[in-house]
Amino acid sequence: MIVEGPVLKYGDKIDTDIIIPARHLKHTDPAYLAQHAMEPLDPEFHKKASKGVIIVAGKVFGMGSSREQAAIALKAAGVKAVIAESFARIFYRNCINNGLPLIVLPNATKEINEGDSVKVNVETGEITVNGKTLKGKGISGMALDILKSGGIMEYLKKVSA
Amino acid sequence: MTGTLTEKILSRASGKTVSPGDVIEAKTDIVAFHDLTGYHVIEVMEKANMVKIFDRAKIVVAFDHLAPPPDVRSAEIQGNIRKFVKDMRLPNFHDINVGILHELLIEKYAQPGQVIVAADSHTTTSGAVGAFAQGMGASDVAAAVITGKTWLVVPQPFKVTLKGTPSKWINGKDVALELLGKFKADYFNGMSIEVHVEKPSAFPMDYRATVSNMGIEMNADALMFVPDEETKNYIKTMRGQEVELITPDSGAKYEDEYTIDLNKMEPLVAAPYSVDNVKTAREESKVPVDQVYIGSCTNGRLSDFQMASEILKGRKVKTRCIAIPSSYEMFKQAMDRGYIEDIVNAGCVVTYGTCGPCLGGHFGVAGPGEVIVSTSSRNFRGRMGSNEAKVYLSGPAVAAASAATGFITDPRDLQ
Repeated sequence: MIVEGPVLKYGDKIDTDIIIPARHLKHTDPAYLAQHAMEPLDPEFHKKASKGVIIVAGKVFGMGSSREQAAIALKAAGVKAVIAESFARIFYRNCINNGLPLIVLPNATKEINEGDSVKVNVETGEITVNGKTLKGKGISGMALDILKSGGIMEYLKKVSA
Repeated sequence: MTGTLTEKILSRASGKTVSPGDVIEAKTDIVAFHDLTGYHVIEVMEKANMVKIFDRAKIVVAFDHLAPPPDVRSAEIQGNIRKFVKDMRLPNFHDINVGILHELLIEKYAQPGQVIVAADSHTTTSGAVGAFAQGMGASDVAAAVITGKTWLVVPQPFKVTLKGTPSKWINGKDVALELLGKFKADYFNGMSIEVHVEKPSAFPMDYRATVSNMGIEMNADALMFVPDEETKNYIKTMRGQEVELITPDSGAKYEDEYTIDLNKMEPLVAAPYSVDNVKTAREESKVPVDQVYIGSCTNGRLSDFQMASEILKGRKVKTRCIAIPSSYEMFKQAMDRGYIEDIVNAGCVVTYGTCGPCLGGHFGVAGPGEVIVSTSSRNFRGRMGSNEAKVYLSGPAVAAASAATGFITDPRDLQ
């Protein structure tokens, strides 16, 4: 599973209230949520992301709430993958369950710059950028099975069939 | 085997001996959701055409985030969930008059040693009684509702010891903020925190619930208090039940450990916009305050209202102040003991059983440029409303003292 695209870069502790503010949680429609993704930081985010981007960020990306709309909003806005130095656990699972790949790369914000073009191998965690290859932690085991099935419910149907 | 509390609980739940890092399938003892996440859980089940329930008695539903409904969409969401509850004949349903989900879980359901998953990040609160409790998204919770199981990565256990006795105005919030200030919000990612209280009665269940509640702010997988006499007494008093205690073995191995001397603590705040931006209340004592919020699943319990009433009795607030006990039970006990009367007489607005202000939903939304002192769990940008509002987190004593003076105030400095 390979994804590629230009980078939008953020710092540490991007929380779920930034990714999708609470006032939008009475909706689950991906198109609606996409319009409001990352709204407090950048109301134009959905325009920048719409052609397909990869987010690079610092520590505990997605910290905070269990709102699954955070994963749905980013994916629907056009985010193909998120590379971060670490992820919050709940957010990580929500992304896998909604088919948005995540790569852990400890020095992500030092190695990759805004606007860089990156290519990511989701399973091996290999990231190609600026002519070099970085080794992140890809997705394996049950998380990969769920991601490949297209989400947890599709996975459940498959294993319980 | 010599296991930590984490290992012992997850070994029982998965039917095999587990170690940190193992990916396991665990049986869930309780699966819960509230109004704001519940409609999404049901939607996921319906879309997948898998509307079935592993064990009706093990599902808990409570209305709190949209309670009472502030708009038509909220009322519609609650109506849809009520219908689901009725159609599926779910016995453990709590409408808008009962309280906040996490408080109800510890008052009525959670047991030491259980695995609890719920569609809300503050599910860690049930760690107060020694349950391994995790928040998850709607899809994970839908899967647990259907199968009674979930997959977990066994976290690295970290031991915290609380020694001594907290002084008058210190409570669980100060301990949570102490851990956040010391270790920062990303340190416990992938870990479970096991808290051992040397003198159980010195750190009661209310305080424990506040610390466990904020385990998610530390990004811990779980934050559990090792069950002890205090746990037994609490469950006996609240439910009339006798419980079996589960405790770590004496040779259990921890990633690391840390000891807090409760005697030496002083009132703390977390300054905007991060839960780990921790300072003493005195350091921030020049900051004027527009609104105070005392309540939420973090600090809406009896002891919180006791502290607030003791400070506000005979005074008039100099800010807007909203106070919300976390459940019907907490409201009633606070009323019976006169705490509500003291707080109302001081000029506070009081209601019960809503999460409204905590997430900027309703009943106390912050406007641009306002400074809020809140006993809730998060001060992220935009958390209580406007992106330009500034939220300080504190315990109930600092919050009530700040309401009394109109500035952030260490309660020891009140005249």
